[in-house]
Amino acid sequence: MTLASNGTHPVLIEQDVVLARQLVRKLAQDCGMRLIDLTKLVTAVSELARNTVVYGGGGYMDWEIVERDLRSGVRLTFRDEGPGIPDIKLAMTDGWTSGGGLGLGLTGAKRLVDEFELDTAPGQGTRVTITRWS
Amino acid sequence: MATLHATTVQALQSNKLSLLTTWIESLEASGATRNVKEADLKQQANDFLNTLIAALEQGGSQNVNHENWAETRVLLEKLSHSRALVGQDSQQTASFIFALKGPLFALLQREYAEQPAQLAEQLWEISELLDALGMHTIRTFQKSRELVIKRQQEELLELSTPVVKLWDGVLALPMIGTLDSQRTQVVMESLLQRIVDTGAEIAIIDITGVPTVDTLVAQHLLKTVTAIRLMGADCIISGVRPQIAQTIVHLGLDLQGVVTKANLADALALSLKRLGVTVTKAV
Repeated sequence: MTLASNGTHPVLIEQDVVLARQLVRKLAQDCGMRLIDLTKLVTAVSELARNTVVYGGGGYMDWEIVERDLRSGVRLTFRDEGPGIPDIKLAMTDGWTSGGGLGLGLTGAKRLVDEFELDTAPGQGTRVTITRWS
Repeated sequence: MATLHATTVQALQSNKLSLLTTWIESLEASGATRNVKEADLKQQANDFLNTLIAALEQGGSQNVNHENWAETRVLLEKLSHSRALVGQDSQQTASFIFALKGPLFALLQREYAEQPAQLAEQLWEISELLDALGMHTIRTFQKSRELVIKRQQEELLELSTPVVKLWDGVLALPMIGTLDSQRTQVVMESLLQRIVDTGAEIAIIDITGVPTVDTLVAQHLLKTVTAIRLMGADCIISGVRPQIAQTIVHLGLDLQGVVTKANLADALALSLKRLGVTVTKAV
């Protein structure tokens, strides 16, 4: 696996969610991702970035273009220093929300991407890493 | 507070041309001239030096808020305004002034080569003066930028979606752009109000212009559909593109019970059918 390029994008306020979506849309286009895959990835970014802002109190999105077996993809890590998730199993249940949403953001994002990794502990912040191959 | 000596002002006056040349050279080297026409830059630099010298010759206050400096201030305000419009950042705009320091210091060093104490004093004075002018430029630049942003925001509000009447009893709301802002709330409220005002039976929300439908957008839509139903009207969501449909499925969103159509024409056709209206070709 080779690393083509990478960077970090702040996700601190609600407006950053839109900017993060636009950035990822561009990255995915550069990867030659199909419209359907691109839409799925961008929607997942929208969910995770909003979680970072609303529940994590703001954080960052690290992005990188990854390549494997002649396929390229986009890998994103959303990290915050927020309260973390006490019960991962509960958080990964469809329809459960600690806020006022539909409770589908985290689980929905998982279904929208190829690889999904959740790393969190109470008081330790949250890191979600997702990858979508083109 | 010490002031600038007449010698200093004299030196400025007599070395104006060489000062101008080196200033513009250092401006170009620093990249502060991006997007600015060369002729404009020369004109601006020349005008600035002229008003600077004129203000200094009037002597008196070194305070840039003094009326002696009015002309210089106006010039800088115009300059930063035009820089904001061509998309320069505050740093590039401010370096217009700060780039003058190098050539000026070199000049003073030559003038006061024999008098180090006076050189230090004069350098300090001219440095203070240029800093103040630079700050003024940044302040006005910021103001111009804020005006630009404000204008753009107003233009965006102008874009905010209108509720259109498609038929007697049929309203349509074409949604455009990002839906996760206050805008959604405003637009939805105006739709509900129009339903009351017109007594419409069917409202069509068209999401063709919405690039991303995530759970928040879906939540807004569902809430609106519920509200419309509570008011006794029906709601159809149109403009569900294939990629959006698949994304909604993967997200696990439950839009059952919501009537959706691929495009606005289908939604209108359905509305007409429900209203018992038939459209036929004129023979």
